[in-house]
Amino acid sequence: MGTAIEKVSIIVSKGSLEGIYPALIMANGARAEGIEANLFFTFFGLDAVTKKRHEHVKVATVGNPGLHLATIVGALPGMPGLMTSYLGHKMAKLDIPPIPEFIELISDSGAGLYGCQASCDLFGITKDDLIEQVQGIITVGEFYAMAAGGQIIFT
Amino acid sequence: MPTVTYAGHDVTVNDEGFLTDPGQWTEEMAPQIASAEGIGELTPRHWQVIRFMRAQYQAKGTGPTVRVLGKTSGVTVKELYQLFPKGPAKVAAKIAGIPKPRGCI
Repeated sequence: MGTAIEKVSIIVSKGSLEGIYPALIMANGARAEGIEANLFFTFFGLDAVTKKRHEHVKVATVGNPGLHLATIVGALPGMPGLMTSYLGHKMAKLDIPPIPEFIELISDSGAGLYGCQASCDLFGITKDDLIEQVQGIITVGEFYAMAAGGQIIFT
Repeated sequence: MPTVTYAGHDVTVNDEGFLTDPGQWTEEMAPQIASAEGIGELTPRHWQVIRFMRAQYQAKGTGPTVRVLGKTSGVTVKELYQLFPKGPAKVAAKIAGIPKPRGCI
């Protein structure tokens, strides 16, 4: 088996649906394996834990070649909402929870959730703007101290 | 495949320690498997999860993931992790003598 992973610290830097889900799946999967997990939300990744935004995270329909959609079509008004709703239905069929419910699950599993101090300063975000599962707003130094001895994943 | 002895019976397990034949499992084996997983005493709440895992496996051919357990077993996700800190679905499956549940969520 080699050396088992005992701790992961996952940085979420993007605010799109496809930017956030992989990090949540990895964090939840880590806890399910008994691996300690912390999530650190930075820049637009903060949307995943911001009260007024976490229910409205959308798929990027422009600048996303994987969607196989002409850029001009992706830019039409309503396209991000349409694609997000389409994906949302597919995910619901597979019993993949929406972001707010997924984050609650991850928090209940004992993972730590933290906001990035620099990004919160930049966007004027305080702890009150973030959902209750976020344990604190921490500096990059505090993040590294927390991540010590484990693996760091940047998404 | 390694062979181990639980409750006086030889059973075969895979590299991760899961029984390869759930039919070899008996409830008497559970405390010994649990102890090897760091769970000193199996409480009625542990047993609720273990029996639920077993029943789900018999009904569906696979054990539930943590998310499904939290929604259907009558034990919340928080309590599941208190009961089985090293991973509720994984550890409860091992104690219940069923294969490790697959599934990413």
